[in-house]
Amino acid sequence: MSQATTAAPQQTTAPTGFSLFIYRLKKSLLTPDPYLTVFGVALWLFTWWLLCEGLRVDRFDKIPGPVAVFSELFSRTPFQGISIFKSEYYEHILVSCQRILIAFGIATGVGVPLGLFMGWSRRIRDYAFPILEMLRPIPILAWVPLSILMFPGFEAPVIFLATLASLFVTTLNTMLGVDSIDEAYFRAAGCLGSSNWDIFKNVVVPGALPFVFTGLQISIGVAWFSLVAAEMVSGDLGLGYLIVDSYMNNVTVPMVIGMITLGFVGWITSVMVRMLGNWLMQWHVKALALQGR
Amino acid sequence: MPNLNTRGALSIRNVTKIYDPEGVNVMAVKDCSMEIAAGEVCMIVGPSGCGKTTLLNAIAGFHSITSGEILLDGELLCGPGKPKADQGAERMVVFQNGALFPWKTLAQNVAYGPRVQGRSSKAEAMEKARDMLAEAGLGNVTEKYPGEVSSGMSRRAEIVRALINDPKVLLLDEPYRAMDALTKSIMHESLLETYDRTKVTIFFITHDLEEAIFLGDKVHIVTTRPCQLKKTVEVNIPRPRSYQTQSSEEFRHLMEEVNEAVHEEAIKAFQAGERELA
Repeated sequence: MSQATTAAPQQTTAPTGFSLFIYRLKKSLLTPDPYLTVFGVALWLFTWWLLCEGLRVDRFDKIPGPVAVFSELFSRTPFQGISIFKSEYYEHILVSCQRILIAFGIATGVGVPLGLFMGWSRRIRDYAFPILEMLRPIPILAWVPLSILMFPGFEAPVIFLATLASLFVTTLNTMLGVDSIDEAYFRAAGCLGSSNWDIFKNVVVPGALPFVFTGLQISIGVAWFSLVAAEMVSGDLGLGYLIVDSYMNNVTVPMVIGMITLGFVGWITSVMVRMLGNWLMQWHVKALALQGR
Repeated sequence: MPNLNTRGALSIRNVTKIYDPEGVNVMAVKDCSMEIAAGEVCMIVGPSGCGKTTLLNAIAGFHSITSGEILLDGELLCGPGKPKADQGAERMVVFQNGALFPWKTLAQNVAYGPRVQGRSSKAEAMEKARDMLAEAGLGNVTEKYPGEVSSGMSRRAEIVRALINDPKVLLLDEPYRAMDALTKSIMHESLLETYDRTKVTIFFITHDLEEAIFLGDKVHIVTTRPCQLKKTVEVNIPRPRSYQTQSSEEFRHLMEEVNEAVHEEAIKAFQAGERELA
């Protein structure tokens, strides 16, 4: 009994403001189980080290191991030129991020409205869908020559390629989002005296939003993927360029640093998109939370 | 108590609806006629998939009819030359699975109608919505999303969303179908209380016989597909009614009468074994 009385008093009011932020931060750090995550990462690093530096397995011995990579990454005087103390490193990141921002912005700005209208209006879908379906399967690398012919300089072709890839994903997911809305909501809105524009604003847009954000999370990944591919072929800066340039110059450590940085930055952008989605869709988040998800 | 409501008399005259999926004609409703007086609670009972919802959809203007006519207070909703009724706020539908917008709070949902019809400003609409929700016992959940409240509460809010538009007819399509018996009985009492207050005409589809007799002034029993009026049972149990009504002699007697008529149709529907229409 004494244990029950000494237990901390249960908090009965829901946290708000700053304490809510702290609560969410704590929860997101604790799920999934941090021990398993730490163990997983350690196992992965150990395997990498074992292959490249520990056992020096044939062909892996030419690849820099974790010790070489991280000592270079955190070195003030990096042997191969790239570390967190060098401005070039940040320049590559910044250039790639800027390109992603422009490409993702254009793709979202065009793709979401296009998808909404395609889902909403049969006529617009009949115009646009066949073209979209035919262009979509063309791999983004197949567009590289054409984009170099179409656009001047280094910047425009690279941005074009990233935009194109992410546009298809966004448009298609948005259209499917509109398709997924239950007919009853349209009927209810009609009953309540809505004009077509009211229905578009109050049913089509919010109803499609969960699919839109699922699409945006995929599309930002696709944007990074095609950006790096484009930077490898045509570019003067950026993480993709860093990777391929290091390889050409036979400096393998910056190559791996470029890869790790890409993974990390890509992950952060994806989280940002998800957070924006959750902020815009409180109703969705709350309903999912009550289902224990 | 005499019914003072003079709005919302529905005339359904010789309505026929033929669906044409993949070239096979399916007759959902055949030459169906019924008269619903202003301020009456009219219950439509029939086997599932018999075409009751088709009838409701035609009144609401969700789809067309093949022949016949439907009038509301003497005005033609749909009929010869106008197969599909316009959708409008004088006929409000409460849907089978609930259709509160999940992305709006209960108050925003209720305020939606007056706002898009341009009848009041956003602030006025929201204030009235909160008042009406409070009146329905939902005062402490007005700012919650439908996904956060119980099915009973959201169904009640949906009826408030319909009533705020001051409709002539309330069209309910098996609104309590998915609920357990206990919640259902609470919902019934709340609907009866609402009806006693507003005296709005109610067109209510169900296949729950107790529900039909407990709520209704008249119970229209319809045949299995194609849907046709088979029998009308008048329920002369005085209002206000409470759950005790259900154990009265009169109630049991009516149950027997309705049951007999419906059972026959249920057997026919089962033997036909046709797939239910939406």
